[in-house]
Amino acid sequence: MKHCEYQQIDPQALSTPTPTLPPQHAVVQEEKKGETARRKWEDFPGKNRFYCDGRIIVAQQSGVLPLTLGLILVTTVLFFVFDCPFLLKHLTVFIPAIGGVLFVFVVISLLQTSFTDPGILPRATPDEAADIEKQIDNSGSSTYRPPPRTKEVMINQQVVKLKYCFTCKMFRPPRTSHCSLCDNCVERFDHHCPWVGNCVGKRNYRFFYTFIVSLSFLTVFIFGCVATHLALRAQGGRGLMFALQESPASAVELVICFFSVWSILGLSGFHTYLVASNLTTNEDIKGSWSGKSGTEDTGNPYSYNNIITNCCSVLCGPMPPSLIDRRGFMPVEESSQTVATEIELAAKNEINVCQLVLCLSVFVCMAHHHPPLGGQLSGLCSVLCWLMSKCTQGTKDLLESASRSPCPQTGKPQTVSTSCPDSIDPADPAVTFNPDVTPDPVAVPSLKCGGRHHSHTTSPPDEPRQLHHHHHHNRHHKTRSARSSSKRAALHISNPAYNVSLSPPTSPGLGPSHGTGAEEHVRDSFATLH
Amino acid sequence: RFHNLQELRHSASLANKVFLQRDYSDGTTCRFQTKFPSELESRIERPLFEDTVKRLNIYYAEAEKMGGQSYLEGCLACATAYLIFLCMETRYEKVLKKIGRYIQEQNEKIYAPRGLLITDPIERGMRVIEISIYEDRGSSGSCSGSSSTSGSSAR
Repeated sequence: MKHCEYQQIDPQALSTPTPTLPPQHAVVQEEKKGETARRKWEDFPGKNRFYCDGRIIVAQQSGVLPLTLGLILVTTVLFFVFDCPFLLKHLTVFIPAIGGVLFVFVVISLLQTSFTDPGILPRATPDEAADIEKQIDNSGSSTYRPPPRTKEVMINQQVVKLKYCFTCKMFRPPRTSHCSLCDNCVERFDHHCPWVGNCVGKRNYRFFYTFIVSLSFLTVFIFGCVATHLALRAQGGRGLMFALQESPASAVELVICFFSVWSILGLSGFHTYLVASNLTTNEDIKGSWSGKSGTEDTGNPYSYNNIITNCCSVLCGPMPPSLIDRRGFMPVEESSQTVATEIELAAKNEINVCQLVLCLSVFVCMAHHHPPLGGQLSGLCSVLCWLMSKCTQGTKDLLESASRSPCPQTGKPQTVSTSCPDSIDPADPAVTFNPDVTPDPVAVPSLKCGGRHHSHTTSPPDEPRQLHHHHHHNRHHKTRSARSSSKRAALHISNPAYNVSLSPPTSPGLGPSHGTGAEEHVRDSFATLH
Repeated sequence: RFHNLQELRHSASLANKVFLQRDYSDGTTCRFQTKFPSELESRIERPLFEDTVKRLNIYYAEAEKMGGQSYLEGCLACATAYLIFLCMETRYEKVLKKIGRYIQEQNEKIYAPRGLLITDPIERGMRVIEISIYEDRGSSGSCSGSSSTSGSSAR
């Protein structure tokens, strides 16, 4: 197996600034290769969607945002149509006025929460990622185990661990977390809110807080007004049923408000506590600063230990700019672009071939689960994977379609799968690719979990540790762009098969190439580890 | 050899990139480490470099400073349901423009003549200050310009 193939292509000449490309943009890029300037949002690697030429950013799934908007609109409209005339006549004109102001506040802050960039950190450029890798290697331990991907910094005389994000290829700044739904690292990550259909982070937390506070005011206000309305109608001994018959819409509003007021008020109270102590939901849930480990040293290092200062800094602090520069133009580099477009053209032609190859390989692997044939099949699969690795641009499309194809997993992995989260990130080609293709049951969990390894705080189980480490080592040493990621996947297939030492492949043609390729690869990883 | 910015792009080739990481000792406010990288030792004098980085840190601190003006801005924004962000340029953005001008000026005056180029951190997500080291295309053949990813030989 020829591992040197991918090394000959210089990633610096090939790669566009973004390391990964979503599949639909791959097609768009080929169509647009004649145009000169593209905006950066068109090549955004995360799972966000953009509207109005990059001015509006939302998460991939709008979640329940339409429901939220719908409920608010319906309740308020019903209130204005059915309750306000009565209350206007019998009480005061301020009631609709206050209701109107609150409603406007709620809708505006909701839309701002949903459509604002929460504080997404752009992914590291290939040069940066390489520099970080170099630093990690230099400070690595001398044991066989690769260095842990954490870095410790002192913040306000307290030790804080920074984790390495494998997707974004950088050490996450403090309080930053990677949202798997949006596939982005978000600064001061609070949570991903399905009600607003976006992450809540540094830049839109104040909008979110305004939204829930004004919504709780609005809900309480409407509830109170409707109750007053019904009470006034039911006066004079006529009874509540009579009042409800006269104004049935009020019943609807009452029900909606009654059920939402508890949750909204609770949420507002919770977030007020978070704001006052300068915490995020993420930190609070994980108990980062509550001293769970029992050391006296923990305490929130970001808090100013003063409620007012905390509130002011969170809500009234300076508004940081958006770091992803959605509407900026992509830098045009002539030499790299021509090479890139050539590769894209070639990739497009190879897509059909690769799809055929993939289907064949999946079929072959699925057809036989026999361990004695495992070696031969792994060899066959690695050849097929090498063929697939020739496809550069189109591979990601393929992998996404492969993940959606109804191929059940080949083997039942042992204990490892339980430690891995269920959601596989389909954007990560190494994760998507392997479970469908490899016949090796032990290889499956290591590769399946590889993409999620960064989310684990505990170390992986001992048994497939070797495989985990080879996987990660391969990823970080040999890959620079999405085009190389397919080659990364190819490397994995051969490596675990080699490590697990299955019965030697019966076909001599496949054997030597397979063996030497994996050997060279393992030798290389050993050399770098020691 | 002396370059100006245009000459740098046309006649010199990229040899290496140095990254100055963030300094989180003060929390999440934006500060960069002032440690002098070894690759720049032969290219630029240490006081000049440190002065640039310190000045950048001062500017960022000014942008993120929480004082009377920022609170006023924040409260006003809250009162108008944050709609003023659509029409007004925030103080942070003003300072960022100032930083951009400063970096441009530093590049023209100090760094380009020494074959270096500072990239504005905003273009790298405020994670790093990227300093590109250029070599004359004619001179060093050993310099593999595109293999800065391997990071082995800088010179």
